[in-house]
Amino acid sequence: MTEIKTAEELNKKYLREGMWPTIFCNGCGNGVVLEYTFWALEELGWDMDKVVFVSGIGCSSRLPGYINADGLHTTHGRALAFATGIKAANPDLNVIVFTGDGDCAGIGGNHFIHAARRNIDMTVIMINNFIYGMTGGQLAPTTPFGSIATTAPYGNIEHPFDICNLAKALGANYVARWTVTHPYQPIKSLKRALQKKGFSLVEFLAPCPTAYGRRNKLGDIKKLWKWYEDHTILLEDYERIMSYGSEEEKEAMKDMFPIGVFQDIDKPGFFEEYQKLVARLMGKNNKKTAEAKVVIKK
Amino acid sequence: MRYKRDPKKIREVLGDKVQFVLGDMACVYGGILAGCSFFGGYPITPASEVAEGMARLLPRVGGTYIQMEDEIGSIAAVIGASWGGAKAMTATSGPGFSLMMENYGFAVMTETPCVIVNIQRTGPSTGQPTLGAQGDMMQARWGTHGDFEAIALAPSNVQECLDFTIEAFNLSEKYRNPVCVMADGEIGHLRERITIPDEKDLKIINRVEATIDKEKFIPFGVSQTRKSKVPDFPVFGTGYHTYVTGLTHNEKGFPATDKQKDHEKLVKRITSKISDDIDKIVKVEETHLDDADIAFVTYGASARPAETAMELARKKGVKVGMLRLKIVWPFPEKVIYKLGKKVDKIIVPEMNLGQIVHPVKEAVSGNCEVVSAPKIGGEMHLPHELLPYLGVK
Repeated sequence: MTEIKTAEELNKKYLREGMWPTIFCNGCGNGVVLEYTFWALEELGWDMDKVVFVSGIGCSSRLPGYINADGLHTTHGRALAFATGIKAANPDLNVIVFTGDGDCAGIGGNHFIHAARRNIDMTVIMINNFIYGMTGGQLAPTTPFGSIATTAPYGNIEHPFDICNLAKALGANYVARWTVTHPYQPIKSLKRALQKKGFSLVEFLAPCPTAYGRRNKLGDIKKLWKWYEDHTILLEDYERIMSYGSEEEKEAMKDMFPIGVFQDIDKPGFFEEYQKLVARLMGKNNKKTAEAKVVIKK
Repeated sequence: MRYKRDPKKIREVLGDKVQFVLGDMACVYGGILAGCSFFGGYPITPASEVAEGMARLLPRVGGTYIQMEDEIGSIAAVIGASWGGAKAMTATSGPGFSLMMENYGFAVMTETPCVIVNIQRTGPSTGQPTLGAQGDMMQARWGTHGDFEAIALAPSNVQECLDFTIEAFNLSEKYRNPVCVMADGEIGHLRERITIPDEKDLKIINRVEATIDKEKFIPFGVSQTRKSKVPDFPVFGTGYHTYVTGLTHNEKGFPATDKQKDHEKLVKRITSKISDDIDKIVKVEETHLDDADIAFVTYGASARPAETAMELARKKGVKVGMLRLKIVWPFPEKVIYKLGKKVDKIIVPEMNLGQIVHPVKEAVSGNCEVVSAPKIGGEMHLPHELLPYLGVK
């Protein structure tokens, strides 16, 4: 295997021929997330015949179409449920879900909650652009308070969803948030997420200049990308300030998004538990062992 | 690793050849015999026993049961499992069937084999959860948006719950279309004697998997290896790198959302792959039709009281026959047309306010009188309630 050094070589290996150009606007963050994913896969050296990409509906959900691998572009919000079935049918496959904030935290919220709770073996890459981009800029469950959206023309009065803290509370094995403006940590983080058994989530804050930045007067593409650098802080720093900082410092944190690794644990994944169950039932003397031992754990 | 059907193991797990079981359980047996290795479900009366049976038996044959978070997730997981190479099914009732409609269409558009068992109950809405009905027959045909062909079977007894679930898998694998088993609360919750067919008597069809050169493979056109409009199936993980989307797509599977011709070509192929074969798919049972002046056209549970009414009427000298639709969709138009030319009157008893009576009227084309005999509220027709339709007091 020749070692890949440039983005051009990387793209040649991982991109699907005949699907160009992409549907993405100038300044969109989706392509960057795709590139990070390719680098992570390249470092892992995975056989792309055994990787399946699944997505729902929205701009970021179009990503599997551009990847030279099996891809299932499903219905709005349901990608994680489809992905669950794929993994069940063949646990040897590595299942990666690309989803947006509306797709994952809005219409697909219930599937997200339960896939994380069951610790289904998959990696979910949620690209959060604060808005429904493909449909033209409507309010999302992640739209920051006060933001303008076409369906919140006088400013958003709802409170946004923190999907990472939700996944953490559900006991997901790996949870991290990054932005597309930080190149190194996300690749390392994605690599770790992909290798994890059970459920892993990597959220990317990604700019949408067309449907979010423009309406919220965040400036041109360059300024908008800078906004992400200025409004993010490492999780460790965020927690230190919230614990020990002055009132002014704490107040300043209200506008900041903590980034970093929220959770990194090693519970057995759903299918590992399922295999144990099958082994117990299909083993010798299965008539005896088939009777479930009642062991209730909190 | 993918599931391998092990006939010996299946027999061991299913148990005795002759059993006295619920209709719901017979669907479980049928699924497992057909090689189903994934069930995604959600509890709903009167279909919960299908999920319970699968939860109990599937892991013992090496398959996977997952209780999903809702019916939308259930059918989604089933479709995903099918692309992962499994034969997969779910079971539900009215409210859950309504929730499944979007992904039912996704299965049609992506040509995904899968089976949906609908143990129908009364509606609209929550209706009468424990009581049977036939109110979803049109939903199976038209419930998802856009143009499509449906395949639906209607068992009238518990043995048929088993047999028709196997048949549903066969049809779904052959035509790469979702197939519905439209049972109802009466049959699903009925206990009858069944015989588990021997392995040598089982007819099991598996989808034709893609084997040709990966560079030349066309995932969404006519088959490249057989004379068929059904393309060979590129199971995920076998190296075909297929892109599967619910968007209108060209033969390569790439989105063609602004191209009229691609849409027309795709949708005409996925509908005509079924409508072209209608004569092969249709399955009806004819009783006493040779000399009949009046005919019942029935399906599912309502065939049972109609059969008794027919026998009672014949004892009184009224020549009544019965045509029972084992497969309701695609609709056996030619059979009904011929029947309409032969008899004076067709009576369609249904546990709804009249659904299948409409395609019957359409097929009869005015050649005889067509009368709807509806009954709703979760009770089956009593045979004597059908006698007045036959002119018998």
